[in-house]
Amino acid sequence: MEKTLNNKAWWMVLPVLLLVAFSAVIPLMTVVNYSVQDTFGNNEFYWAGLEWYAEIINSSRFHDALMRQFFFTFVILVIEIPLGIFIALHMPKKGLWASLTLVLMALPLLIPWNVVGTIWQIFGRVDIGLLGAAMDAIGIDYNYTQNIFDAWATIIIMDVWHWTSLVALLCYAGLQSIPDAYFQAAKIDGASRWAIFRYIELPKMHRVLLIAFLLRFMDSFMIYTEPFVVTGGGPGNSTTLLSLDLVKMAIGQFDLGPAAAFSIVYFLIILLLSWVFYTAMTNYDKGESQ
Amino acid sequence: MTLALQDVTLVVGRDVHIHPTTITLEPGTLNVLLGPTLSGKTSLMRLMAGLDRPTTGQVMWNNQDVTGVPVQKRNVAMVYQQFINYPAMSVYNNIASPLRLEGLSDKEIDRKVRDTAELMKLTPMLDRRPLELSGGQQQRCALARALVKGADLVLLDEPLANLDYKLREEMRSEIPKFFEESGAIFVYATTEPSEALLLGGKTASLFEGQVTQFDETLEVYRRPLTATTARVFSDPPMNFVSVAKAGNKLLFGEGQNVAAFGKLSTLEDGRYIAGFRPNHLLLEKPEGHFLSFGVEVTVSEITGSESFVHVIHDDDRWVSLVHGVHEPEIGSQIKVHINPAHLYVFDENENLVAAPEIAVAA
Amino acid sequence: MAEIHLKDLAHSYLPHPSGPADYALKKIDHVWEDGKAYALLGPSGCGKSTLLNIISGLLTPSEGQVLFDGEDVSRLPTEQRHIAQVFQFPVVYDTMTVYDNLAFPLRNRGRDEETIASRVKDIAEMLELTPDLNKKARGLTADAKQKISLGRGLVRHRVAAILFDEPLTVIDPHLKWMLRMQLKALHKKLNRTMIYVTHDQTEALTFADKVVVMYEGDVVQMGTPQELFERPTHTFVGYFIGSPGMNVLPAHVDGSEAYVEGCTVNLDRGYRGLSGSNLEIGVRPEFTHLTSGREGLPVTIKRVEDIGRFKIVRADFFGREVNITVPDGQPISPDANRIMFDPNHVNIYSDGWIVNGEAA
Repeated sequence: MEKTLNNKAWWMVLPVLLLVAFSAVIPLMTVVNYSVQDTFGNNEFYWAGLEWYAEIINSSRFHDALMRQFFFTFVILVIEIPLGIFIALHMPKKGLWASLTLVLMALPLLIPWNVVGTIWQIFGRVDIGLLGAAMDAIGIDYNYTQNIFDAWATIIIMDVWHWTSLVALLCYAGLQSIPDAYFQAAKIDGASRWAIFRYIELPKMHRVLLIAFLLRFMDSFMIYTEPFVVTGGGPGNSTTLLSLDLVKMAIGQFDLGPAAAFSIVYFLIILLLSWVFYTAMTNYDKGESQ
Repeated sequence: MTLALQDVTLVVGRDVHIHPTTITLEPGTLNVLLGPTLSGKTSLMRLMAGLDRPTTGQVMWNNQDVTGVPVQKRNVAMVYQQFINYPAMSVYNNIASPLRLEGLSDKEIDRKVRDTAELMKLTPMLDRRPLELSGGQQQRCALARALVKGADLVLLDEPLANLDYKLREEMRSEIPKFFEESGAIFVYATTEPSEALLLGGKTASLFEGQVTQFDETLEVYRRPLTATTARVFSDPPMNFVSVAKAGNKLLFGEGQNVAAFGKLSTLEDGRYIAGFRPNHLLLEKPEGHFLSFGVEVTVSEITGSESFVHVIHDDDRWVSLVHGVHEPEIGSQIKVHINPAHLYVFDENENLVAAPEIAVAA
Repeated sequence: MAEIHLKDLAHSYLPHPSGPADYALKKIDHVWEDGKAYALLGPSGCGKSTLLNIISGLLTPSEGQVLFDGEDVSRLPTEQRHIAQVFQFPVVYDTMTVYDNLAFPLRNRGRDEETIASRVKDIAEMLELTPDLNKKARGLTADAKQKISLGRGLVRHRVAAILFDEPLTVIDPHLKWMLRMQLKALHKKLNRTMIYVTHDQTEALTFADKVVVMYEGDVVQMGTPQELFERPTHTFVGYFIGSPGMNVLPAHVDGSEAYVEGCTVNLDRGYRGLSGSNLEIGVRPEFTHLTSGREGLPVTIKRVEDIGRFKIVRADFFGREVNITVPDGQPISPDANRIMFDPNHVNIYSDGWIVNGEAA
């Protein structure tokens, strides 16, 4: 209904289309090109067909990285979504405190990703880091460069610290848009705190939750900078997530063909999963309204 | 400037928002679009304004095809149900804003703003911000902005719906004055039949995306050509009863059986639907030839000077509007009476076949 | 069900109110009878919402008490007051079915499912919601949603009062008629104490046994619809109730005669000692008649608005607008140039407040 008849809008979009073409479409095509060819340098290429794809999909290296990636994303979603909701529910609704909390919550989101990595890398160090030294002082043997569990715990806590705010802020916006009459009606109906959450807050928040979930899923599935700075994928390969592995393959070993195939497969996995989540959630939404 | 919609339709996806509509609005007229929520009032206005392009058909201004010409290029003003003003500007600057866009001289702007403010009784508030004003004053400010630019077409989409009842009543009696002075085409959307009657002018009744009738307001009220129009244009709702005519007998439900008389005797045999307004359904039978029905009382509402007595006849809900205080017991059986001269008779396709004579109508 | 006593109640949003102007609700002392329907009527900002919020427990009054059946509830939170409320915009639990919506207050109070089922069935029947019981609440129309809101209040056995906060705002005129009529019928059937807040005189008058007219934080009159129509105690009530409102003209009064712009108006009562104050006569357009000839007040007819059921004649009397309503079917004589009043419907006001005369 709200469509306009102004066809000039297309001209306005054109620069963006050009930019996207140069920054995304053309590089992507290059990658597709690499993924089906083999090279030994000197700009000589040989047709390899789907060989690299077969190799990647069957390689245990890829499987391991993928499993680690799923584990990481699963854990952070399970922590960040409920925690974000919980925080949003307890944020002050108006007054000075509300603005102050909003600023505080937004802070982690404003820090560049490599800086977040550096902060935690130093924070966790046993010699000079506050966290590491404190753990050491109370007698916990903590060392993220040696211990697999410690390394995982560090990158997960770091991600939760960095991104829970985003979920919380989105939920907060959703909660703020609920008219007061709903809460008053619920009180009159004698609803418990849980019932208010389950029947008013959650249903009114579910659209922003869908966005929060998708954003966190895609972002965490592509995470690179922070774990690269903190653990570099170690100890061993224990925290080598998909993107870390891809970069190792492409730049460390310069296996352009397999790396390109890896990229494409990686890209398709994200696309597919996002689509699956999105349709599942919007279908649920439709089902609700009938 | 004459605005004509010719066979205009609006289809969005699979939903038909506006069925083929042909309607001509003359300059200097007030045209009311009357219909319930979602009957297509806003859609029709958007088509007139050029905010939406009709799926088929043409929009003509003075016989010139302007279909597809965007709203910015037409001289149109619009006022909405919500009070829409620039919150950071004074009332003066709000009213002046459309004139500044036209690039008039400051002197000219000042004169027009002050004239319009005077007309809208806003002169003492010119330096205030819109949000410091009452709802009624905010809407006056929005109206002033629409009027000041001398638009050829002024669209008012339920402009009084968010105001208090009493304020609404006052503004309603003022609106005809504004439009008399401007000479533009005014289009006014409302859900309330009483508002259409108070505004006068012409009325288009709308139902489910269809303009069911377009004529002088009182003519539509007195001679609704279909039962749908009669339903749209009645407040309290019109009462209906089904009638069968056989020979010189009229058969109402419950086997009631009355000799046909008055204009009813001229109808052909068959099934009919008779409609009558609540103020013609009486609790006491006056002298003369009246139809009487046994009904059950649902409830009565008393306004102080009048009573609405709600009753059920077979499965039809009726309401009687009578002077004075009448409160028959709920659930009791009473007789109600109607002068057949007050009946609107519709055929089986709900088209009007007989209306009350003007002298006794309304 | 309960009797509501508003005892020396007043409210100011300021911490230290100094004058009457600082009060959003000026001091009142009312007893509202058990089982009656009351309407709070007034323009926006008149204090009706403040009063409603005090009764519902959203606001704690700065002075005085609210007593339900003698029990002071002024400081109890909403949930402990046993009230029900229907809001301006329908509040339903979107994800639940209509049945679950209606059952919700009972489930929260730990009733067994069997009791709930029979109760919900009864209420749904009463509100004509039975066919919708298994539908999701959010797909329904606004009027059905309002009925659900009301139903959630009705299912509970112990409800002191049902509050309505402009419940018909978002409902179309035709459905408004139906819903209003159903509300009224329900009240007659259940005899629960109901309080209805609105700015719409028709809604207030048709719904309530007693209408409480509010203006600038004050209750200016509380009475039956008939009293408000026939004997408004303040010129504001005369103006606010009735469409068009009461005609009010400055006058002198002497005995059983009033003088308006030098013309004599006969009264059916005698008034004494009224010369000093600011006097006015008030007559409703319904009791004002057009005539021609020498008797009555001279007017010029400016406009006749035919609104179907009756006509409103707008006339000018020495620069003041006077409205006359002429019933349907009654012709307006082209040489009508005077107005007459029904002597028994002419009220006298001094400084805005009605003066009760003595039987002449």
